[in-house]
Amino acid sequence: MPLSAQPAASGERYALSASLDNARHLSSLLRAVHFQDHATCLATASGLRVTVEDAKCIQANAFIQAEIFQEFSVQEESVMFRISLSVLLDCLTIFGTSSLPGTSTALRMCYRGYGYPLMLFLEEGGVVTVCKINTQEPEELLDFDFCSTKVVNKIILQSEGLREAFAELDMTSEVLQITMSPDKPYFRLSTFGNAGSAHLDYPRDSDLMEAFHCNQTQTNRYKISLLKPSTKALALSCKVSIRTDAQGFLSLQYMIRNEDGQICFVEYYCCPDENITEAEL
Amino acid sequence: LSRIGDELYLEPTESGLSLRAVNSSRSAFASFLFAPLFFQLYEPGSAGPDAELFRCKVHMKSFLGVFRSLPSLEKSVGKCLILLKPRASRLVLQLHCKHGVTKTHNLAFQECERLQAVFDTQRCASRLCAPARVLAEAVVHFPPTLAEVTLGTGPGGRISLRNYVEDEAGESCGVRSPSPPWGALQPPTHPVPPSRAEQDDGDRAGLLSFAEASNLPLTIHFDEPGRPVIFTLDDTVLEVHLVLATLSDLESSSQSPSTNGVSHLPAPSDDFADDLESYMAAMETSEGCSEGPPSPTFPLHTPRPAQSKPQQQEEEEEEEEGAVPGTPPHKKFRSLFFGSVMTPGRPGPATTQEVLAEDSDGES
Repeated sequence: MPLSAQPAASGERYALSASLDNARHLSSLLRAVHFQDHATCLATASGLRVTVEDAKCIQANAFIQAEIFQEFSVQEESVMFRISLSVLLDCLTIFGTSSLPGTSTALRMCYRGYGYPLMLFLEEGGVVTVCKINTQEPEELLDFDFCSTKVVNKIILQSEGLREAFAELDMTSEVLQITMSPDKPYFRLSTFGNAGSAHLDYPRDSDLMEAFHCNQTQTNRYKISLLKPSTKALALSCKVSIRTDAQGFLSLQYMIRNEDGQICFVEYYCCPDENITEAEL
Repeated sequence: LSRIGDELYLEPTESGLSLRAVNSSRSAFASFLFAPLFFQLYEPGSAGPDAELFRCKVHMKSFLGVFRSLPSLEKSVGKCLILLKPRASRLVLQLHCKHGVTKTHNLAFQECERLQAVFDTQRCASRLCAPARVLAEAVVHFPPTLAEVTLGTGPGGRISLRNYVEDEAGESCGVRSPSPPWGALQPPTHPVPPSRAEQDDGDRAGLLSFAEASNLPLTIHFDEPGRPVIFTLDDTVLEVHLVLATLSDLESSSQSPSTNGVSHLPAPSDDFADDLESYMAAMETSEGCSEGPPSPTFPLHTPRPAQSKPQQQEEEEEEEEGAVPGTPPHKKFRSLFFGSVMTPGRPGPATTQEVLAEDSDGES
């Protein structure tokens, strides 16, 4: 059964149908937001957005633009469903996760609409696998109401400077404290763990700093366990933008270049931690 | 140092920064003394006329956590600044990394008494000096889980390393390492029978890998069984000592410990603390006659802690509920090394030689 150009039978219209030559373009991005079992998928003409939330205070979105796909068509204005992200990832990587040079898994995704399962056709080396994953009623998603006009502080950093820092965060600390300021220490990540406190300072003139727009000194704390999964997105990305608004909501946007050089985005939004205690120096 | 103890003692002195560790059973002690020249800048702080330079101890894991990934440290860190801030109760470790990034770690510390082993390399009957690689090659023949090894000397300058394996039938067998090409074996200064010393191999393995990496020759000072064995590494900017207690030889227990003129001392009575005092007093008298300069960092006796102010003793943490209640830890430590000499025929506390500092990294 050829994967490409499977003509829909008359009367059958897929609400969503998409083809991708290299399923890794999708699976690697989904892994970067895989900190909960379930995700909400939203497909529009511009592409696919996969959202994962936790504890009503953190939300991660993976964006795969329509241009990344070889074929992408959405019948209605938008199509939305909830699905097990763990199962979806297992299916996308059913031929294994190690990437041998020259081989890739081709993907065709079809969704008939509300109440129907998501169909995946995966092919590698002449072997075809068909997966049917049940979909659920989409849940209401958080709206962080984060728009560029409300941004107080914004920094764009090269990811290589943050990767090690995030991988080595002191997980015995309950919070990750982020300080952004037009004055010293400019940009500081702090943890308060069992051994003591640790501070990571990035000066505004560091060559890692691509953009520095801080208008106000802000210090906010976020639950470290919620932010730690963003390390995966950081590892994939080449640049990250860090923004906060007046309420201390945090937006992390990761620019990810895939194997073919195409750009995708992953973003994390996080609420500040309500328990405010004096920061140690 | 982390193979030996869970706590790292930091003591800035005029002659450099001393990092020390001791194990829980007080049978192994190591110190690394970094001379001022090792550092770009070394300011030990000023001690008042009565006060000593501040010293502290931190949890080994906390300290090591700062230097977690050595390969990436080498690539990204330019400078490390260590600041001891007594008033803030913080030991500050600041890493200056590339791209202008600064990592500051504020570690909590505890004040502590002076950690010091009493030993004198000059008074050891035998001394052997070899590149660490040679010793490592000998040790590699033994199983990695080895807890004890016997170091022995024989006629003609032969050195043997022997382990001891007891199987169910109670038989013993062992691996004797062939005599490697040792260098610079100093013949015993007193005529002593072939001496054997046993020590915990785990602690020694850590020092061996350090010695190999730093390419320094290793010197082993040893004496008869029961007396501590001392491994030293010397460099222009670094002095390393590893002192291990040894098991006294039960076979030779009938011999009175005749070296260094301690045989006339009384056997310990039930009042251990008092006897220890008199024993130490006698030792100090006899030590006064010995030749050779005392080790600059580790004086033979510890006058300062003995004269320490009462308030400092109260601040001391009770590290071990010991067999000698009420005695400050440094005396307990000395008693461990001399214990087996004082009580011939009865193994000292050093016989509880379990593997002390587990190798968490699983290196072979």
